[in-house]
Amino acid sequence: MPHPRTLFEKLWDDHVVCEPAGTPALLYIDLHLVHEVTSPQAFDGLRAAGRGVRRPDLTVATADHNVPTTDRSLPISDAIAAKQIEALRRNCREFGIKFYDIHSAEQGIVHVIGPELGLTQPGMTIVCGDSHTSTHGAFGALAFGIGTSEVEHVLATQCLQQMRPRTMQIRARGSLPAGVGAKDLALGIIGQIGTDGATGHVIEYAGEAVQTLSMEGRMTLCNMSIEAGARAGMIAPDDVTFAYLKGRRFAPHNTDDHAAWDEAVAYWRTLAGDREAKFDQVVEIDAGALAPSVTWGTSPGQVVPVTGHVPDPAKAATEADRRAAEQALKYMNLAPGTRVEDISISRVFIGSCTNARIEDLQAAARIVKGYKINQTVHAMVVPGSQAVKRQAEAEGLDRIFRDAGFEWREAGCSMCLGMNPDILQPGERCASTSNRNFEGRQGRGGRTHLVSPMMAAAAAIAGHFIDIRDWDYR
Amino acid sequence: MKAFRTHTGLVAPLDQSNIDTDQIIPKQFLKRIERTGFGEFLFYDWRRGADDKPDRDFVLNQPRYKRASVLVTGRNFGCGSSREHAPWALADYGFCAIIAASFADIFANNCIKNGIVPVVLPEAEVQELIKRAKELPGYSVTVDLESRTVKDDGGFSASFPFDDFHRYCLLEGLDDIALSLQQEAAITAYESRRPQWRMTHQASFQK
Repeated sequence: MPHPRTLFEKLWDDHVVCEPAGTPALLYIDLHLVHEVTSPQAFDGLRAAGRGVRRPDLTVATADHNVPTTDRSLPISDAIAAKQIEALRRNCREFGIKFYDIHSAEQGIVHVIGPELGLTQPGMTIVCGDSHTSTHGAFGALAFGIGTSEVEHVLATQCLQQMRPRTMQIRARGSLPAGVGAKDLALGIIGQIGTDGATGHVIEYAGEAVQTLSMEGRMTLCNMSIEAGARAGMIAPDDVTFAYLKGRRFAPHNTDDHAAWDEAVAYWRTLAGDREAKFDQVVEIDAGALAPSVTWGTSPGQVVPVTGHVPDPAKAATEADRRAAEQALKYMNLAPGTRVEDISISRVFIGSCTNARIEDLQAAARIVKGYKINQTVHAMVVPGSQAVKRQAEAEGLDRIFRDAGFEWREAGCSMCLGMNPDILQPGERCASTSNRNFEGRQGRGGRTHLVSPMMAAAAAIAGHFIDIRDWDYR
Repeated sequence: MKAFRTHTGLVAPLDQSNIDTDQIIPKQFLKRIERTGFGEFLFYDWRRGADDKPDRDFVLNQPRYKRASVLVTGRNFGCGSSREHAPWALADYGFCAIIAASFADIFANNCIKNGIVPVVLPEAEVQELIKRAKELPGYSVTVDLESRTVKDDGGFSASFPFDDFHRYCLLEGLDDIALSLQQEAAITAYESRRPQWRMTHQASFQK
C-alpha cells in the first residue's frame, strides 16, 4: 500500500528533478508567467552572465501592472511605464518568448489570461514574479509567486531550488449563504487565521463550500491565499475544473492519432489527495455562518461582516494587535463602534486578479441593473482581460455599468496597486474588489475597504456600504 | 549572490508588526528597470508627512539611527507583494540584516538572494533588542551567520535558526543559478519524462 499523499505532495513528488544531498529539491516548472514590472532585471542578469532562456515555449508574457486602462490607441503618457513595457517587448523578442502586447486580443492580467487561454492546467507547477500567482492553484496546480532573482533562475534553468513547505488543509463546512461568495470566504479565513496564519504552508481548500464554487470562485479563493501568508493555495481538480478547461486554446485536445485530452483527464483524476493523507495543520471554518464582509483596517485580516461595527482596539487580543488597530483606524479615519453600513465611500473599483473575471462582472451588473450610482461616487469597472471585456460587452454588461454612471475601462491591474494613472487621492475612501487594503496601496493617503463585486456595486449606488442580502433587484 | 559572514552595525528599531512590501518600497518606484538606486525611496511614504516634508519622528529620519545597518522589527515583516525591489531598497539603503519574530516567505527568500540575512528570534528577544536600540545611544549588534548568533556588548546573546544550505550559499556568496545548471543532465532527463500532452506555448494540439 503506497503512503497516502495530499494533492500538494503528489505534485511535489512529480516535479522533483533531483535532490542532491544537503541542497533543497530542484523543482521543475511547467509554466512561467512574466510581466513588465518584475522581469527587466532578470533578463539583464541573463545577458550579464551570457545565459539564455531554457524553455521559451514554457514561458508566456503580458503587460498588465502599469498599462493605462484608458484609450489604448493613444501613446502611454507615463514615459517610465512605457519604457518598462518596451523593455519587456524587446526582451521577449530577443529570447523568443510569446508576448501578449497591450494591443493584443489576449492581453490582460497575467492571472486572468493564464486560465482563460487554457495555459493553466491541473498538476502543473506555475510561477510568476507576482504574489497572486496562487490564483492558478484553483486548477489543482502548485502555483506560487517568486522574486526577480528567481525569475532569472527559472528563465535560465526552468527549475527552482525549493525547500519543501508544510501542508495545511482548510475545510469549509456547510454551504455559503445567498449573497455570500468566494471573496467573503477568503476574507473570513484570513480574519480567522490572520495574515501570517499560513506562513510556510501550502493550503489545500476542501469541504462542501469549496467544492460547490465555480472555477472563477475557486480562483478568487486561491488568489487570496497569499494574504494569509501561504506559499500557495490549491483545490483538487474535479469535473468542474475539466468542464472549464475543455476546448480552451492551450488545453490538450483529442486528435485522430492521440487522445491527449482523455489521457490528461485520466491523469488529473489521480491528483486529488488520498483520503488518509495527513496535513501538518488542519483549520475548519463554518462557511454557513459567513456574511458579506468588509475590511475596516489596513490589513486584509482586519475584517467584519457588513452588519457589524468597527471594532474597539482596546478589546484587541494582544498588545501588538491593539497598536496595529489604533494605527489602522487613524489612517482610515474611523472611530471604534461605527456601524459598517454608516461608512460612506467616494470611489468604487471593480477589478483586479481577485475579482475581474466574467462572473464577477455579471454578479456586479445584476446589482447595478436599473440603478444610477450615487452622485458623490466615482466608480470604475476594469475587466481582467480583453477577452473578459469582449464577453461582457457581448452580454450588454458594459451598457448596464455605463448607464449607471460607471466608467468602463481597458484590461489591466489598474487601481489594485495604482502603478498606472488609476489611483486614489489622499483621503478618498474606496470600496474595492481587490486584495490588499495596505496603507497607500491604491494611492497615497487613499483608504481601501475590500469587498466582493456585489458589495462594491451596491456601495456605488448607495454611497455607503449596504447589505446586499436585502438588495431590491430591478 | 553577495557573500555574508558576519556583520556589526547600528540597530534601528521599527516596532510594528505586519509591515508589507508596499510600505518598504511604494509602487511608484517599481518602474525602474535597474536593480540599483532604490535606497532613497525606502519607506518613502513613512519618511514624509502629509505635507511631503520629512517626518522627523520616523525612526530612519532620526539622526541617531542615520547609519543603521541592522533593522529590528515586528513579526510577519515583508508580507504582501513579491517585489524584490523591497530587499533591493533595504540593501541599497545600507541594511545587511533584519531581525524579526517572523518573515513573509517570499520576502525572506528575496533577502537571501541579495545578501541580507533575515534573522528569526523569539518575540521576547526581539522586544529586548528594540528596547535596547531605543534606550542606548549608538546601540549596535553583531550578526554572525557562521555561528548563527546575534550578540551585543551588553550581554545579549541569542542563536537563530538558519538552514544549512542557504547559510552555505551566503557564506560562500554562491551563484545559485550556476549550482542548478550543474544538474543539466538531471533536468534534461526529467524533460524527456514529461507527458507529451503537457502544455507548451507552441502546443501541437492547438486547433
